[in-house]
Formats: sequence, structure tokens, C-alpha cells
Amino acid sequence: MFYRESGDFKKTYQDDSQTFPIKFDRRRYYVVMAIAFLVLPMFMTDYFANAMMIPFLVWAIAALGLNILVGYCGQLSLGTGGFMAVGAYATYKLMTSFPGMDMFSVVLLSGFVTALVGMIFGLPSLRIKGFYLAVATLAAQFFLVWLLNKVPWFYNYSASGQITAPERSIFGIIITGPHASPITGYLFCLILAVGLAWVARNLTRGRLGRSWMAIRDMDIAAEIIGVNPLMAKLSAFAVSSFFVGVAGSLFFSVYLGAAEVTEAFSINVSFAVLFMVIIGGLGSIFGSFVGAAFMVLMPVLLKNILVGGFGWPTDLAAHLEFIIVGALIVIFLIVEPHGLAQMARVLKEKLRLWPFPH
Amino acid sequence: MSIQNTTADQQHNPAVLLDLKHISLSFGGVKAITDISFDIYEGEVRAIIGPNGAGKSSMLNVINGFYHPQQGEIWFDGKHRQAMKPYEIAYQGIARTFQNIALFKGMSVLDNIMTGRFTHMSKNLFWQALWKGPAEQEEIANRELVEHVIDFLEIQAIRKTPVGRLPYGLQKRVELGRALAAQPKLLLLDEPMAGMNVEEKEDMCRFILDVNDTFGTTIALIEHDMGVVMDISDRVVVLDYGRKIGDGNPDDVRNDQTVIDAYLGVSH
Amino acid sequence: MSADFLYTVEVILNGLMAGVMYSLVALGFVLIFKASGIFNYAQGVMALFAAMTLVGIQTGQIPFAHLINAVFGTDVHHFGWQVPAFFAIILTVAVMVLFAIIVEKYILHHLVNQEPIILFMATIGLAYFMEGFGDIMWGSEIKTMDVGIPSGGSLWLEEYTVGWAAEGERYWGMYIDKLDMVATAVAIILVVSLTLFSQYTKTGRALRAVADDHQAALSVGISLRAIWVIVWSIAGFVALVAGIMWGAKSGVQFSLSLIALKALPVLMLGGFTSIPGAIIGGLIIGVGEKLFEFAVGPMIGGATENWFAYVLALMFLVFRPQGLFGEKIIERV
Repeated sequence: MFYRESGDFKKTYQDDSQTFPIKFDRRRYYVVMAIAFLVLPMFMTDYFANAMMIPFLVWAIAALGLNILVGYCGQLSLGTGGFMAVGAYATYKLMTSFPGMDMFSVVLLSGFVTALVGMIFGLPSLRIKGFYLAVATLAAQFFLVWLLNKVPWFYNYSASGQITAPERSIFGIIITGPHASPITGYLFCLILAVGLAWVARNLTRGRLGRSWMAIRDMDIAAEIIGVNPLMAKLSAFAVSSFFVGVAGSLFFSVYLGAAEVTEAFSINVSFAVLFMVIIGGLGSIFGSFVGAAFMVLMPVLLKNILVGGFGWPTDLAAHLEFIIVGALIVIFLIVEPHGLAQMARVLKEKLRLWPFPH
Repeated sequence: MSIQNTTADQQHNPAVLLDLKHISLSFGGVKAITDISFDIYEGEVRAIIGPNGAGKSSMLNVINGFYHPQQGEIWFDGKHRQAMKPYEIAYQGIARTFQNIALFKGMSVLDNIMTGRFTHMSKNLFWQALWKGPAEQEEIANRELVEHVIDFLEIQAIRKTPVGRLPYGLQKRVELGRALAAQPKLLLLDEPMAGMNVEEKEDMCRFILDVNDTFGTTIALIEHDMGVVMDISDRVVVLDYGRKIGDGNPDDVRNDQTVIDAYLGVSH
Repeated sequence: MSADFLYTVEVILNGLMAGVMYSLVALGFVLIFKASGIFNYAQGVMALFAAMTLVGIQTGQIPFAHLINAVFGTDVHHFGWQVPAFFAIILTVAVMVLFAIIVEKYILHHLVNQEPIILFMATIGLAYFMEGFGDIMWGSEIKTMDVGIPSGGSLWLEEYTVGWAAEGERYWGMYIDKLDMVATAVAIILVVSLTLFSQYTKTGRALRAVADDHQAALSVGISLRAIWVIVWSIAGFVALVAGIMWGAKSGVQFSLSLIALKALPVLMLGGFTSIPGAIIGGLIIGVGEKLFEFAVGPMIGGATENWFAYVLALMFLVFRPQGLFGEKIIERV
């Protein structure tokens, strides 16, 4: 009824391989973009931007990155927190060493630094697989956090061991620091999130993405048709770490403003991002956004309902959050390993035929 | 565009595409292959037969670089081949299918066959990230070629179906498509008809012969169905217990006493 | 003997004791992995949960008191009785068996034939669930574990060794916690009895059969579901033992489940399927990280124990992916 693809024929291979092959989807995508870029910034309160939209976008970028590694290339990583920390500290060093540098360059360069670090820790993936690799990435998590905490050069010898984002701008608009407006921070994150999602989509639909998925599905067959496993895995680690590094950079500079590595980038961060990927959907770009939205909104909702509504103590709400997240992970893995994104696809299939399914 | 390969005139003076000389392979102390030599002419269908455990699959694995023989030389396309990784050998123009289907379960039929084009595509990460421009052009050019393969194998209708949902026979066909898309000089088929019913076998035979006829692709295949082997192959090599016990055209092999003994057993 | 040498010996001994603790947790991993191919990330949280339950029962805490208070506005916390340690342990074992049954029925049963990596992620979810559940049930404050295990330095050992140092050096004898000695003894008993159990009982043989081949075990009439419940119960028991030891040493608190993470590199060294491997891997990690911290730590800022085990395991894996005792993996095509 609402969702039709009949009569929408593709005449070229170019048309056939576009991101939203169905006209209805395409229009809806433009509407969402228009709301995100034009409508929301006009009506958004500072609280809404700070507590929900900015963390949502930042986590979505991190989830995108991890999804490329886990969902597309099949290499499980528990080192996301450590890589985000690398992105954050690279940003801090760049901001303080080159005060004139604009924020876009800072964030992207931080991503490249993280990509390099990610490739180093991706090297063992050639020899070890599955949860062996997952445990090996724990080494990245603990070692990187320890390193950033123990070498004072990384935090410019500050007495507290904290890093604090100075005021930086782009085209004269302040993005970071105490005087930045949450709305501009939101727009900055939005541009990066949309841009990176587009890059992720491009990478996963072409030659490189197919080589990742081939390695994920059957590495021996992938090698037979010419995929160099080391190159495929390292490129996945590099791209994934780039995304995660950008997320870490934004997390520190735009969202937190100040951070301490052992608290802000602990192992729990690694798990949180992994959960976003599982709940949203392994191997789905849309799913990364859904998963991030879910993991950002659920605690806020729980807190508002239980603490604000019923007057429960906050720690009880926090424990309940653990229970719900844990149970959801298990349920999703049992019922729908491809997450909310797959559920949306199934719903779409049904809508196509509605109201006459037979 | 077609998936034609250059071939020598196969009727006269056959050129040797692959020459295996005195190959020996062992795992630990177990000898899988002992001193086997045979060659494959350009443009022929070469069958490798033998009872279970004769070393047939090991032989294919040696050819496409999964196992490295302890002794012996491999000459491919007129050049002595050094020890190589399987993916380097794919770039040399050898493709294969597997005894147990080795498709990429999470991908569609189209994507599976597109992976076959991997060695023919070269746009790097930067262009891929941008998509518009060179990467898209390359993708579309290769997509056209893949569509030819899809037409050839008559699987247009399932183009966008995830391969995991397909029945066994079709999966085998898709796997053949993936190997064909690579436009190989040499195509290795490991039991392409195992577990098929008569109808599916006939289809598969037709495809193999068509590939050989229309594209001139050289084919080496392992098969247990003797009827099929005798029908479609130009020459047959027989292995038993890791040794070569027969080699020649199908009729000669069929009447060879050693081969008959190996298959039927011999009273001692 | 010089004092430096004696200090090094002390570090090694303490490392061995810490290693025993890691081995205890790793043992639970190995049991479950062998029988079901599941890499049970929740093993550490199981130890924490078991320890919390034990303390809760022993001190007569009311389960879910926190939640009840919040919902009904009451103010309950304790029943007001004390349960003797022995009965409390038996009750806790019963709880862990119940837990095993629930896990089998609601999780494992639905995930049969899934890829190992999916199962692994499911146990991460389980770990999160249990962590929250344990906190809601028993409260999240740090608890002291007291089941009558002696603790504190062994005076006898200190007095015995104080004379070993050379004349004139400042040396006060070796310090080894009595608790660690008890833990070592318990670990030895546990390993021996588990080995005897799996070698000489019918259930043990069934366990080994399932470990070798699920399908074949099913075909000779072994009930996979029953085996899984048994294995998870045993793993729950091992978790309880580990929880008691760790809990008595450093209090029952969240960090317990993080220490248990160290069992992962232990397994990578020892291999996932070998009980002796788990023990020896644990000892290597324990001694290795203590020695590294003692010898190199002060030069690079200390706290190397946070990552040493993981990096050691990582290096090791790159050069010998099958672990110390694993067989060489031959890939078949």
C-alpha cells in the first residue's frame, strides 16, 4: 500500500546498484536528511543536543567502525575503547601542538593516527582467528590505556592526568571548548557521521567490501579467488580504526570536553560499542545507527522513568540497565543475529504486500 | 564483451598449459602423493580419477598452491612456478570449485560471482571510498561481464538471492559461475557433480562442455561417476594410493588392467 | 644468600600463588569449552555471583531487598540470622546448579549449532545480565568473605627464613599469605578430583565423548542437554571455589570479574582444551607478571600487571597459535 516497487524498473547497472533502489526509500532518506540538517537545529534545546544527539552521532560513528571489522570482515575486536582513546589523545596533541589547525583536519588526522595503531594490532589477525583474536585485541585495550596513562607526554604533563579540549573552530565557528554551542557541535558531528556513513557504504559495496565479506564467510575460498588475507584484514582494521579514532576524537573534544583515559575509555566502552553493533545488526550500516540510538536512549529513558518517575535510587536503575542490555544481547543473538536492521527489512517485505499478503 | 580466452588450435600440436613433474607430498610421515607426473594441454578436459584417498584432492591443492610439495616441479604456461600463496596463483589464472561448496554464505549470488572478478579489478581504497568516478566505472564494466556469466549459467532469476537459501544444485552452479567470472586459463573442478541427481548432472555436464567449447577454457576435474568422466574428458589420469597408475584417453584407461584392478580389487 | 635473591624467590613464590588463582578461573573455562565448544566469557562473573550469593546466604541478607524497598517503600535488608559456612556453601552450590539449568534451557538450547563467535558474544551478554542481576539481588557494596579460611602472613615461614639472608643485611623473612597456601591446596585437590571424575566415572566418560564429537555422542544415547547442565554445574562449582578464594583475598566486589578476565590469556597459553594447560598457563602468567613488575615495572611507571598477561599471550600466539599443549592445526580444504 505505502511501499511499492512495481513499475520502478532499472535500465542501467548504475541505477541497479544505488544505495536506495526504491523511490520511496530515496525520498524518505532526503526527508530525514532535511530534518537532521535544517529542522532539528532550529528547535533543538541544548540539553537535547548534549545529552542525546551528540553522543548518538559519536557512538554511531564508532559502531560503524566496529561493524566494518566485526560485521563485514568477521574479525571480533574488544579493543574499541583503546582505539577511541588513541583518537582522543591524538586530537589533544594536535590541538595543543598546532593551535591554528581547523577542527576537520584535527579530527581526520586523529583518525589516520588511530588507523596506523589499529593496523599494528591487526597484524596478529593473520595468524590467529575467532576468540583468540578477540582476546588478543584485549591486549590492545589494556596496553593502550596503560600507555596513555603512564607517559606524561601524551597529556602534556598536566598534574591531574586529564586532557582538556581548548577552544578550536572552523571557518570562525567555535566547535570545541567551553564557549561552543551544542547546536554547532551537533552539526559538526552530523556532517562527519553522514560523510563517514557514505564512505562506509561505498567501501562495503565494492571490491574491497566484497573481499572483507569473503574473508568473513570463508577465508579459504576467498584466498583461492585472489584475495590476499593479510591485505583484506589489515585494510579492515585500518578503516575500522579510522572510524573509531574519529569517534574517539569527537567523544573527547565535542562531547566530553575533558577526559581521563582510564575512566572514559575503559573496557566497558569496548563492550558498549560491540553491543550497539549486535543490537543494531551485524553487517549493516543503518543498523549501526539504530544500535547507537538504542544504547544512548535506553539509559536516558530508564533514568527518566525509574528515577524521575518512580523515585528509585539511581544505582538500581543502573543495575537494571545491565540486566536489560545483557538479556537483549542474548535474545537478539538467539532470535535475530542480524539485529534491528534485519527486523526492519522483514517489516519492509511485509509492507510491500500489505494489505493483501496472499 | 565476451569471456573468450586466447587458445591455441587444440586439434593440432597441443601446447602444454600445466606440467607437473615428479610431485611428492607428505604430511608428517604420511605420504599423500608419491612421484606423480602428468601434464594438461591447453584447451582440453582432463579428468583425474581414482578410489577414495588416492590423492586426487591433494593434487588439486598442489596445483592451486594450498599444499607445497616437498619434491617436484610445476610448470605453468611455459614458466617454472616457484612456491606461491594461493591468492598469487589466482592472479596467474587458475580458478577452482570445491568438493564441499565453498560459497560466501552471507552474500547474494551476484556478489558471490562478482568476487570472482577480484583479480581483474584494481581501484584502490581511496577511489572505492569516493565511489563516483573510476571505482563505479570499474564496477559497472565488471558487472556487465558477470551478467554474461549469469546468463550463460541460466541463473538470472536468483541474481539477488542470498546463496544460503539456494538448493544444493544451484549452489554448485553459482560456485562454477564464480570460478568462470575469473576468466581462468585453467579451471579446476573438484567433484562438480557429487550428490546431484541425473538431471542436475546432465545440466552440469552441459555447462562444463559449453565452457570448454565456447570459451576454450582448459578444465581439470575430479569425478567419481565413470560414465560422466568417459563421456566428457579428453584424457584421463588415474591415481591410486598416491601413485599414478594410468594415463591416456578414456578408452585406453578403461581397458587398462592395473586400473581395473585398482577399482575392482585384485585377489592376492 | 643475598637479600635480593631472596626477594626474587619471594616474588616468584607469590607469582605462583597468584597463578593458582588464575588457574582456578581458567579451569572453569576449559570445562565448558571442552564439553560444549563455548568460550564462556561469563565464567568470571559466575565466580563473582557465586561469591555474592554465598556471602548473602551466610549473613542472612534478603534477596532483592533493594528492589523491594524501592517498589514498596519498605526498609528491609536482613532476615537477622546467620547461616553456618558449610550449609551456606551447599545452598550456593544448589543455586549454581539451578543457574546451569536455566542457562541450558533458555540460552544454550536455542543456540545449538551456532558459530562459536556468536556463542561467545552471547556469553558476554550473559555476563552483563548476571552482573546486573547479582547487584540487584545482593546489593553492589563490597562485602567481606569469611568462611573460616586462615589469612595473613605466615609468621612461621617468616621466622624460619629470616636467618637465610647474609649477615648484616636488612631482611625480615619471606611473606606468603596463608590464604594463598590454602588456595593452592584446594586447587590441587580440585584438579585431581576432576581428573579422577572424568577418567573413572560413567558421567565423566560421557563428558569426554561429548567433547570429542557431539553427533557421535548423541548417536550412542548420551543426552546432550543433561551433559550441558552437568558441565555448567561443575563450572559453577569451580566458579564458587574461585569466588571464595578471590573473595577472601580481596573482598567480594566488581573487580573480581575483571581479574577473571586474566584467565583468557592463561587459556591462550595453555590451550582451550587442556586442564594441565590451564594450570601451567596460570602459573606462567602469575610468575611472569609479578617478575616483570618487580624487574621492569619501576623503570616504565609500574602497573604493568594490567596488560602484561595479554601482551605475553598475544606475542605467544603469533609464534605458536595452537598454545603450549595444543596440537598443530592442519587446515583441510
